[in-house]
This record gives sequence, structure tokens and C-alpha cells, in this order.
Amino acid sequence: METSQTWPLPAVPSAGPGPEPAPAEAIVQRAAALRSAQAASFRDEAVRSLYAEAETVARRAVRRSGAAGHDLDQRIDRLVTSPALGLPLMLLILATIFWLTITGANYPSAALASLFFTVEDYAAGLFTRFGAPWWLTGFVWHGVFRGLGWVVSVMLPPMAIFFPLFTILEDLGYLPRVAFNLDFLFRRAGAHGKQALTMAMGFGCNAAGVIATRVIDSPREKLIAILTNNFVPCNGRFPTLIMLATLFVAAQFPPVFASLAAAGSIVGIVLVGVAFTLLVSWALSRTLLKGEASAFTLELPPYRRPSMGRIVYTSLIDRTMFVLWRAVLTAVPAGAVIWILANIPWGDGNLAWAIAQALNPLGHAIGLDGVILLAYIIAIPANEIVVPTMLMVYMGVGVMTELESLADLRTLLVDGHGWTMLTAVNLMLFSLLHNPCATTIITIYKETLSARWTALGALMPLAIAFLVTFLTATTARVLGLV
Amino acid sequence: MNHDACETCPAHASLEQMGLKVDRFDRVVALAGNPNTGKSTLFNALTGLRQHTGNWPGKTVTRAEGGFEFRSVRYKLVDLPGSYSLLSASQDEEIARDFLLFGQPDCTVVVVDASALERNLNLVLQVLEITDAVVVAVNLMDEARRKGLEVDVRSLARDLGVPAVPMVARTGEGLSALLEAVDGITSGAIATRPRRVEGTPEFRRAVSELVPMIEAVAPAVPNPRWIAIRLLDGDARVEQALLSGQLADLVARQRGPAARFSRKIALEGAQ
Repeated sequence: METSQTWPLPAVPSAGPGPEPAPAEAIVQRAAALRSAQAASFRDEAVRSLYAEAETVARRAVRRSGAAGHDLDQRIDRLVTSPALGLPLMLLILATIFWLTITGANYPSAALASLFFTVEDYAAGLFTRFGAPWWLTGFVWHGVFRGLGWVVSVMLPPMAIFFPLFTILEDLGYLPRVAFNLDFLFRRAGAHGKQALTMAMGFGCNAAGVIATRVIDSPREKLIAILTNNFVPCNGRFPTLIMLATLFVAAQFPPVFASLAAAGSIVGIVLVGVAFTLLVSWALSRTLLKGEASAFTLELPPYRRPSMGRIVYTSLIDRTMFVLWRAVLTAVPAGAVIWILANIPWGDGNLAWAIAQALNPLGHAIGLDGVILLAYIIAIPANEIVVPTMLMVYMGVGVMTELESLADLRTLLVDGHGWTMLTAVNLMLFSLLHNPCATTIITIYKETLSARWTALGALMPLAIAFLVTFLTATTARVLGLV
Repeated sequence: MNHDACETCPAHASLEQMGLKVDRFDRVVALAGNPNTGKSTLFNALTGLRQHTGNWPGKTVTRAEGGFEFRSVRYKLVDLPGSYSLLSASQDEEIARDFLLFGQPDCTVVVVDASALERNLNLVLQVLEITDAVVVAVNLMDEARRKGLEVDVRSLARDLGVPAVPMVARTGEGLSALLEAVDGITSGAIATRPRRVEGTPEFRRAVSELVPMIEAVAPAVPNPRWIAIRLLDGDARVEQALLSGQLADLVARQRGPAARFSRKIALEGAQ
């Protein structure tokens, strides 16, 4: 045990003969002696008197007047947290949010994309006209600016719809009800019921979800919550999921049902994420982090009317702009890196293509391809730029397709690069399960102060992502689905 | 005090929101309270910051700091994570407890939910054990009214021995009265007689025997009485902190530069 070198003042030197206990130890011993001299029940007595005092004071101060007006809250709660309807209602709400996001984001995304492409063309033309060297034009406009354009047009519209809706739910007081509904599942997985809350925060941002685990008092259950937070898709990954769902799943359905189908598939992916959260929590609490789930009390706060000004501020400034800015900051260097890689000659083609080729066998095994893996490697600092990075590599290495709009995307991926339904599904799964972004990994380290747990938190999801996508790819191929 | 419409206008009360400017301050005020009672809402109203609030317990898990000026006195306001008790052990509650015990705020504002007063008073009574400089902000008065509850704030103040102010932090109602009370407490104009849960005579004797011993060994620790009570209770963590010298570190840390409000870690406000 460390002794008293950190005391504010040096401990009193033991002048007396014989080994006298250090002063701090003497205090603890004396306290123990005094404790045993107390009546056995004094501890309960202290707590009881505290409660009694609180009751007395409150009784004198509070008067119930007239009819209670909170019947409505209780009636809503009976519905929202009912064993039969609670979970279906939750899924319905989730699906509605995604549906609104997908339908609403479609048009502005396309409009923004074509705006950016127009600006890119025009500006690159200007550069060329004024005699700028080709590499400068390429680097600035087809590299950095294109990266920026992709990020803004793919991410901004869905976030600007998704975040306000999520914030309204949060302000209403729905999140604790979600935790209440999911509690029995987490308990069965040997995890803390409040993990449902930290999981919900993970939908916003996994790093924030990891910090939120501080509400869990048991270190064991806190670790479980930290290690599994990654399995819910954060907002950085939602645009990826939404894009894939829109381009691939929705395209399988008649236009009337398209956005409904896309929303449904995202709910499906979220459910897969929740299932993995529970499964991995269960596995951890039976192996590395053995133990029983601890009990806790969860307050269901009254429903409160969200204040619109604050919702707009929180969701648009704090969340949307913050995330967008972070994405831009990472997308700009990523765009530059890709442009450089794609313009360094290597063998028959360029460096980016060569790396992608080298990664191809691994990518193929898990139903993806080398370009996608390369994009994931470049996008480690921030998950939100995976799709733009991927598209830039595709466009930089293949035929130099100029995308006029998002509608051309599907053509590029399917016809140009042999994407199938399996590619889309596995990319969604991989995006859901793979390692957390750099910010989250750093946050895990800060919360656990352990390199080993941090490594586990980063590598375990990656291994699971490879395993799952390998299994789905193999199954699909064996069954002859692709 | 006049109760006209200006009551709800913070500007009228010569409040100046100072945002993140907390480098120079005259007094430190801590915001404590049960989870989801509106501490962060009050924090935002006073500092003009936009610490993210949300309608669920556990929203704030770190300490956030902001500044405001009232009657030319600069205050540093510390928003603490919600806690039900000073005795519990989850990390966010520990952050709150450590600051209240060892950060030595000039005034602690305990925000309570008017519609669940009895449960909230447990924490108030525990805070009164460790400091005299307390103002009770009886928040969510509107929700209490909706539930058909009438809270007699005067009776509350009399029973607790510290000022109690009825408020609706969301609309700013009661803000200036709260500031008056904080000003009065920190300037010494208001004297308090906090209600203390006394315990049995043996218990009191035991506490008063331990307090000087603790003071001798750890003079920098501001709350020897609380330490004594915890030791008598056999709190292993406090014993450990005393034996290992962490207690002193803890005190030092509360005075050091605190985690400030920043947007560093994504969305949820404070890190």
C-alpha cells in the first residue's frame, strides 16, 4: 500500500518508543473501535432518521390541492411501457423517424450533390483557363473539394432531419421509457439496465455513449456497456446505411413502397445492432466479466413539452453542424490522400488501384472488395466519410465517371464495379459492426485507463465484423444467391 | 421585491451572462440536486451557455463550468451531475460528491423537484450536513402545480434553516430571487441555521472525538465531520482514501483547472 508521502503536511513523527501506527491508521482503528461501541443498529438508525426528517419537512411544506392533473402522463406510460405494446411502439417510432429522414433527405441530397458537382466543374474549368497546372486543379477541385462536396451532400440532409426528431424524443422524456422496456433483455444478458440509456446515446455518437456509461455504478457492467456501445450505429454511420438502403433495398420495390422498405431495412440493421449488443454483453458477462446484473432504480420523468428553440439549437448547431464540421475536417485530408494515391503511377495503373487490388482477396472473402476496405482504412479517423472516400476511390481509379446526381451512383456501383445485393448488405453489416472511430477509441481509453480494454474494445468488433460478413458472404455464395 | 413581469427577465436583475469566461471570479457556486431536476437548464439560464439538457436522468456526467456576473460580483458556476445521495458510488455521483465536499464552493444551490419534494429532500439534508452555505432552488413549480401540489416554500425555508426559492428555470421565473439569495449567502448578509440530523449522544461523542484527529492528520480536508461520519459507518473507500493519502489529492484536484464545457467530445455537451 502506498503510504503518506502525499499528505499535505508531513505526518507527525513518531517520537514515542516502539512501532506506533501511522496517524491515519490510528484514526481508522479508533473509528472501528467507536463503531463497535455504538448500538448495532446505528447505521440503519441514521438512514431512517434522514428519511424521517425528509418526510416531516416535506409533509409540512406540501399540500395536495384539488385533482391531480398527471393522469395523462400515467395513461401514456401505461401504453408506452406496456409489456405487449411497449416494444412494437418503440419500433414503430424508430421506423417513422427513419422513414421521415429518408423521404425528406432524398431531394435535398440530390440537389446539393449536383450543386457541388457544378461548382467543381466550373471552378476546375476556371483554373485550367487561367493556366493553373493540372495537378493543382486536380488536387484542389477533384480531390479536396470533391471530398467536401460528398460529405456535405450525403450527410447534411439526413442529419438535419434525424437529429431534430431524435432530440424531440429525448426532450419529451422517451429515452428512460426505452430503457425501461429493454431492461429485461439487458438483465438477462447479465448487463445493467441503464446500458439501454448509454446505448441510446450511442445512436447520437459512440464516444458520447461511452462517456454516458458513467451512470452505471458497477465497474463490471460499465465495462460491458463501453465495449458494446459500438454495436449501435452512430450518426456518422447512418448516412452510409441510409444511402445503401435507398440505392439497393429501395430499388427492389415499386416506388410507392421504396422509402418504406428502406426505412424498414434500417430498422432491421438497428435491430441486428441491438441483438449484437445483447449477445456480446451476454458473452462477456459469462467469460471475461463474470457476474450478475445489479439492481437499479430508474426514474421515469414526467413528459415535458420540448421547447422548439432549444431543439433547433441543440440538434442543428450542437449536433448537425458539429458532426458535419468534424466530417469536413477529416474528409478534406482524406480527399487529398485519395487524389494523391490515385495519381501516383504504379505498375499499369496507380497506387490507389494497386492497394485496392492487394486488398481484393480479403474483401472478396467477406463479400466486399478491395476499394471498400481501402476506404475503411483511410476513414478510420471518422466513420462518416467511408462512403465518400469509397466513391472517390472508385471514381479516381475506374473510368473517370462524372456523377451528375445521386441517381448515377447505383449505375456506377452496379455496372461499373460489380456490386450486388450481397455487397450492399455486407457493407451495411460491416459498417454496423466494425471497429469504433478514433475518437471513440480514445474515449474508451480515457474512461477505462487501460490499454488492454481499449484494444479489446477496438479489435473485438472488427473481428466480429469480419466473421459475420464472411459467414453471410459464404452462405449467400453456397446457396447460389449471388 | 417586486413581482411584476420583469421578474422573469434576467437582464432586469442585473445579471450578466459570462459564458465560458471563468478565469477571473470572486465566488464559486455549485449546482447540485437529484437527476433530472433542471440543474443544467438553470446553469444555461445563468451563464448563457448551451450545456446540453435532456429529459432523462443522467444527462450530465461531468462537471461543467460557466460564469455570470450579478451586481458586479463575478461568479463561477459549477454544474454537477445529478445524485440522489452523497453516499453512493457511481462515477457521476462521485464527481458531484467530491466537488461538494472538497471543492469548497462559496454557496451550494441544491435544485429540487417541487413535485417530488420528499425524495429530493434526502440530498438536501445530506448537503446541509456538510455546509452552511446552501440555497434550495425549488424548481419545476409549474409541474407541481399541474399535479395539484402546492409547495409552501416559506415553511420549507424555515424547517431547513436555509433560503428556499420557488422557480421555473425553463422560463426564468424566480431567477432573480435565487440570485438575491446566492448573493446574500456568499456575502454573509444572510445567516443560515441548517437543520442537521443529530443522531444519538454516543454517536455525537464519537464524531467529536474523531474530528480533531482527522484535522491533525489532514488539515487541508475541508469536511472532517463528514469524513468522521463515514469512518464510523465503516465506509471502506473513505478509509482507503485516508490511508493512501488520496484524500489530499482529491482536495487538490477540486481546486485545479476543472473539465470545462467544450464541444470536444461530440454531441452531448460536456467533457
